[in-house]
Amino acid sequence: MTVQKEEGYVTADGRKIGGTLMEMKNITLRFGGVKAITDISFDIKEGEIRAIIGPNGAGKSSMLNVISGFYVPQEGEVWFRGAKRPPMKPYEVAQQGIARTFQNIALFEGMSVLDNVMTGRLNNMKTNMFQQAIWKGKAEKEEVENREVVEKIIDFLEIQSIRKTPVARLPYGLKKRVELARALAAEPKLLLLDEPMAGMNVEEKEDMSRFILDVNDEFGTTIALIEHDMGVVMDLSDRVVVMDYGKKIGDGPPDEVRNNQDVIDAYLGVAHD
Amino acid sequence: MFYREAGDFKTSYVDDNQTFPIKFDRYRYYFVLLFAFLVVPFVINDYWVNAVFMPFLIYSIAAIGLNILVGYCGQVSLGTGGFMAVGAYACYKLMTAFPEVNIFFHVLLAGGVTAVVGVLFGLPSLRIKGFYLAVATLAAQFFLVWLFNKVPWFYNYSASGQISSPERTVFGYAVTGPHTSAWATYLFCLVFVVLCAVIARNLTRGTVGRKWMAIRDMDIAAEIIGVDPLRSKLSAFAVSSFFIGISGALFFSVYLGAVEVGEAFGINKSFLVLFMIIIGGLGSIFGSFAGAAFLVLLPVLLKNVLVSGLGWPTDLAAHLEFMIVGGLIITFLIAEPHGLAQLWRVAKEKLRLWPFPH
Ligand SMILES: Nc1ncnc2c1ncn2[C@@H]1O[C@H](COP(=O)(O)OP(=O)(O)OP(=O)(O)O)[C@@H](O)[C@H]1O
Ligand SMILES: [Mg+2]
Repeated sequence: MTVQKEEGYVTADGRKIGGTLMEMKNITLRFGGVKAITDISFDIKEGEIRAIIGPNGAGKSSMLNVISGFYVPQEGEVWFRGAKRPPMKPYEVAQQGIARTFQNIALFEGMSVLDNVMTGRLNNMKTNMFQQAIWKGKAEKEEVENREVVEKIIDFLEIQSIRKTPVARLPYGLKKRVELARALAAEPKLLLLDEPMAGMNVEEKEDMSRFILDVNDEFGTTIALIEHDMGVVMDLSDRVVVMDYGKKIGDGPPDEVRNNQDVIDAYLGVAHD
Repeated sequence: MFYREAGDFKTSYVDDNQTFPIKFDRYRYYFVLLFAFLVVPFVINDYWVNAVFMPFLIYSIAAIGLNILVGYCGQVSLGTGGFMAVGAYACYKLMTAFPEVNIFFHVLLAGGVTAVVGVLFGLPSLRIKGFYLAVATLAAQFFLVWLFNKVPWFYNYSASGQISSPERTVFGYAVTGPHTSAWATYLFCLVFVVLCAVIARNLTRGTVGRKWMAIRDMDIAAEIIGVDPLRSKLSAFAVSSFFIGISGALFFSVYLGAVEVGEAFGINKSFLVLFMIIIGGLGSIFGSFAGAAFLVLLPVLLKNVLVSGLGWPTDLAAHLEFMIVGGLIITFLIAEPHGLAQLWRVAKEKLRLWPFPH
């Protein structure tokens, strides 16, 4: 298989971005007669924060679902870490190092915050059921080792005080944060965030922005995020893909995209031909 | 002795992961164990063992098993009676085919056989959920009972169509057959209960249990973070059936001694165990015990108080029992899906921080 290594680049704030981590090639996704995504190609480079923006119903979430293996596109190829990805179940995609959060929070409501975040580490936990049943020895050791990692993430996201709280009791903003913690627990290569700041107040948005930047900075995690708040997108992202009605209408650094006439039209609701 | 968390600081994650993180709970647990093993066997008699202790212990195992499937993994099952029958018949066939092997292993193996059967009947769970899965397990229930009635090989071609357990001993003491003593059968069952409870607790506190609960709470999200739904569900079916098989084996060999499958392991049994975990608490090992104790004790209590004490007719007392159980099920389903275990937990939570709730 051909290995694609394209040149990276250096961002405005001096971070070095590596070669291509993921590439979507000519993706088309249909639901019956509805075309959710039409022939879209873009890439995500190692270490960057890539935003996907666009009006409601543009197909952004569908694109993330294609990346996580939840939707199978009718046409196109997904390349990850230099290899074409064969058709895969979502859990296999997760095992490859792709973690995500959801537009509508998808936490395990019956479990505590700690258990939710621990669940995020399941790909790192290898003891079998018999070892688990005995517990003493391998299983307990593994549990403690993984708990240490999880506690670091809990500290990092400042949710220490709620670690034993059942998730169902948390307010919305904290749930979003716990969901991020669960995704981070997997120590993913690529982190997908579907509207991480939707429905938050200004203060919560600032916190969340800081966490996203810190994750990228401290762990070197590549991030692809969907966001509606243009201010946030301009602040956070290195490059932006703009979608409208399932088509890609712009791709580039935030400043460039902001001045793109098609993008302005899409956001101002200029009539489509 | 005070029930409290204040001042009882955890200095390692092992400590924090304990089954009973609070000292008082831990002591009470050791106390119950000691009492069960060292005191009860000396004071127990035939009436108590047959009316209360043995059914309580055996149903506890079944309830733990069903709770793993329903309460932890969220897969509804109405096949408990059928799976208990698999355990009973497997145990019977093993006992009669290999009389020289200790019955302890027969019971364990019967659990193993039931686990395999459980996995087979669990296969549809990948495609169907909720109500439809319940109907599929109901089909399993009826099919299994029919099978054990229809195929004479299962009951060794006995004229009555029943199976009856021959005498088997452990360390020279009879635990099955007509010449058992109360304490021996009690201890034999108790060992299995402790074993099953410990295994269940270990599985549910680790990554296997978190996978089950993830599937229960939101299967799509579980899959997207890396849970293989098929393996996870089938492992729940396997473990659950293992326990239920053990309980069926004990129910037949130690408790009843002779069994007619439709009567002992009919659909009523499936509902009884389901009611136990609903009343006791879904997703709780302690709740499995609480529910089993409640539904075993209730009829005994009603009979002693109403029939023997107040002279009510037996059928009236039985009807009252139905009404109480029915009413409780509705109450718990609507008001407190986590059952008695949750009421207990709330009470403890209040106590735990007392006298400084903030
Ligand atoms: N499972 C599905 N079945 C049928 N149609 C779908 C499905 N998922 C998405 N669609 C359709 O695909 C289109 C794109 O939806 P998508 O959720 O990807 O948009 P989005 O850009 O995330 O919008 P929003 O900003 O509102 O979240 C919409 O027309 C939607 O109705
Ligand atoms: Mg969306």
